[in-house]
Amino acid sequence: MVPLIAIMVITVLATLFGAALLFFVSKVGPKVKISEIKSLSYECGLVGEEKKSTKVSVKFYLVAILFILFDIEIIFLYPWAIIYNDMLTTNAVFIFSEMMVFMAVLLFGLFYVWRSGALRWD
Amino acid sequence: MGQDGFETTINLIKLLLIFLAMIQAVPVLVWVERRGSAFIQDRFGPNRVGPLGLMQLLADAVKFIFKEEFSPNKSVRAIYYMAPVAALVPAALALGALPLSTPIHVAPFEWLGRSWGPYTFEMQSFDIPVGIVYVLAASSLGVYGLLLAGWGSSNKYSLMGALRASAQMMSYELSLGLSVVGTILVFGSLDFHTIIKAQEGFMHFHLFGSEIQIFLPNWGIFYQPLAAIIFVVAVFAESNRLPFDLPEAEGELVAGFHTEYGGFKLLLFFMGEYGHMIVASGLFSIFYLGGYGLPWVDTITVTEFFSGIFSHSTTASIVTSIFYLVLFLIKIALFIWLFMWVRWSLPRFKYDRLMDLGWKTLMPLALFNIILTASIMFLAHFIHWGV
Repeated sequence: MVPLIAIMVITVLATLFGAALLFFVSKVGPKVKISEIKSLSYECGLVGEEKKSTKVSVKFYLVAILFILFDIEIIFLYPWAIIYNDMLTTNAVFIFSEMMVFMAVLLFGLFYVWRSGALRWD
Repeated sequence: MGQDGFETTINLIKLLLIFLAMIQAVPVLVWVERRGSAFIQDRFGPNRVGPLGLMQLLADAVKFIFKEEFSPNKSVRAIYYMAPVAALVPAALALGALPLSTPIHVAPFEWLGRSWGPYTFEMQSFDIPVGIVYVLAASSLGVYGLLLAGWGSSNKYSLMGALRASAQMMSYELSLGLSVVGTILVFGSLDFHTIIKAQEGFMHFHLFGSEIQIFLPNWGIFYQPLAAIIFVVAVFAESNRLPFDLPEAEGELVAGFHTEYGGFKLLLFFMGEYGHMIVASGLFSIFYLGGYGLPWVDTITVTEFFSGIFSHSTTASIVTSIFYLVLFLIKIALFIWLFMWVRWSLPRFKYDRLMDLGWKTLMPLALFNIILTASIMFLAHFIHWGV
């Protein structure tokens, strides 16, 4: 079975399932007039004050950027890991030392980020 | 999709069945969760509706259907309604690639005046050669559902829950990806079938030319114990389960990203979450517990055993497949029980502790595990000591 077609079929199926369910439920449920107060955003008994542009900590953006950096580095490990066992018989020292250098760079990056305080939450 | 109408139809039915099985598993798992938590806390749990409270799920579903439709007036409608669906789709996509059992071989047969076959049906929605990368990619799309929910409902609790969830899922995805590298190193493949095949039989080594057999199944968990632990912890954080359910810490954030959701919209989030749990359990079984395989016994022995009992080759193949499917489901069920057990055993982490665990403990450990595995394989190559 061609995987791409199957993936598309599943995506469409799951999306339609969810959307149809939401639509069906909205038609079946009781129709109640929703008052002004009820339709406010949830707050513990008070009228909500926050605006749409709630300020969020810059830490979250930092985590996102660090994630992208490290995730790309991790992706490089995958092809290496696949051929590692086969390459050991032909060119063992090369494949081993090459990746150890890469890992050293990765670890250095991690400790640099660590020391610079980017991972400190308070 | 298949060489003729019959194969295409069966493949589509299979695809639908696997999706529906995931949806169907949710009420059962909710029941297990509720009964299980009641068991751990020494109380009854749901026991009124039907035997053992099993009909409770049906009653809940009916109740969900007849709930009033509601969305807060400040919410961004399109995003608000998109979020539950966006939480469901990645789980369904990831589950489709997991091999559930051995393929069914259908011998040529006569039907409707013409001959059909032979066919081979894989017991998975689609067979993809880079399964690991695909499943990790698909299941990490789950973060979009949470983010959309938090952003769309314009509520500060939702937004904070969603931000926490996405930061947490990203951080632990690094450790998850790194822990899998160790498994790939040992088995040398991204294909699930190859990995499962490599874990058959007894654990054995070649040491100085002689073969040594150990009385242990040839499972990944014995080759990669550290990676297995990291994988479990990361998976708990990925699926936002206790002790890492910071995104919905009810003491601080009401209910986190689904504060404004109710009724079936909430149920769709549940389907996504439980779908992720099923996928995570399946991945753990495949990487560390030999997938659908029977411990110590390889597939060929079992296939021959069933061919000895059933004379028709198609019947034997189907029975073998069902046997392995049950085995796989048992492994998944055991791991899901671990999810629920841990939920009632460990308290919730503080957020800074959570991020520290992900970045400062698990990630260096996972990197260390890769270096260790690679070094051992490197040294083993020089003293002719192979797995």
